[in-house]
Amino acid sequence: MNDVSLIVKVVAYILIVPVFIFGSYVILHGHLSPGGGFAGGAILATLVAMLVITFRDDFKENPHEIFSILECIGMIFFILLAFFGLSSSFFHNFLVNLNGLFGKPVHFGVNPGYLNTAGVIPLMNMAVGIEVFSALSLIVLMLSMRYGGERK
Amino acid sequence: MFEIIEMIILLGVICTSVAAMLSKDLLVSVVLLAAMSLLLSLEFYILHAPDVAIAEAAIGAGLSTAIYIMAINKTDRWENENG
Repeated sequence: MNDVSLIVKVVAYILIVPVFIFGSYVILHGHLSPGGGFAGGAILATLVAMLVITFRDDFKENPHEIFSILECIGMIFFILLAFFGLSSSFFHNFLVNLNGLFGKPVHFGVNPGYLNTAGVIPLMNMAVGIEVFSALSLIVLMLSMRYGGERK
Repeated sequence: MFEIIEMIILLGVICTSVAAMLSKDLLVSVVLLAAMSLLLSLEFYILHAPDVAIAEAAIGAGLSTAIYIMAINKTDRWENENG
């Protein structure tokens, strides 16, 4: 299938950076604004779907093993963060109010976005973002394959 | 004011989904489903659920459209007349 037009390719080149920045913004501001790991990961996976539809002839091998490893890393990171709070309870927020990493208390009301707050929740948002991004990208990549496991 | 906008959006949702069901060209149906999902995310935003609106716009209008287009690319574009 070699008939992807020039307009589609140029628009895809233009849209790579804004979509990536918007998805990363939704993931990193997950504890302050609407969105979070799942929505940001889905936005990043639409980027991979766009790249697969546009540039499917240009890369030789299917890079699905990278996404499989990334999915495992996200899951392991999430469950390890849940187990690290086991001194008091499962999923205990052990980083909040310690003035360390993400250690400030959350400001009340409207604020310009203090990212260094909320303890373990931003780390869990990042883990869920990585996991959802790689899982949905894996679905799109596997659907774009031919039956015998080769590229179309 | 918001009731009128909500009624217009919900009428658009009904019209796009009925048109997607009746269309014989499946690519047109996929594009109409993406438009329906976009209108539905606008409705979620009016109902003060921006979280659901972001997820609906990303998955309904982005990912499922790509997956449907891949499925159409592997099968037939036109709906079979004999069922």
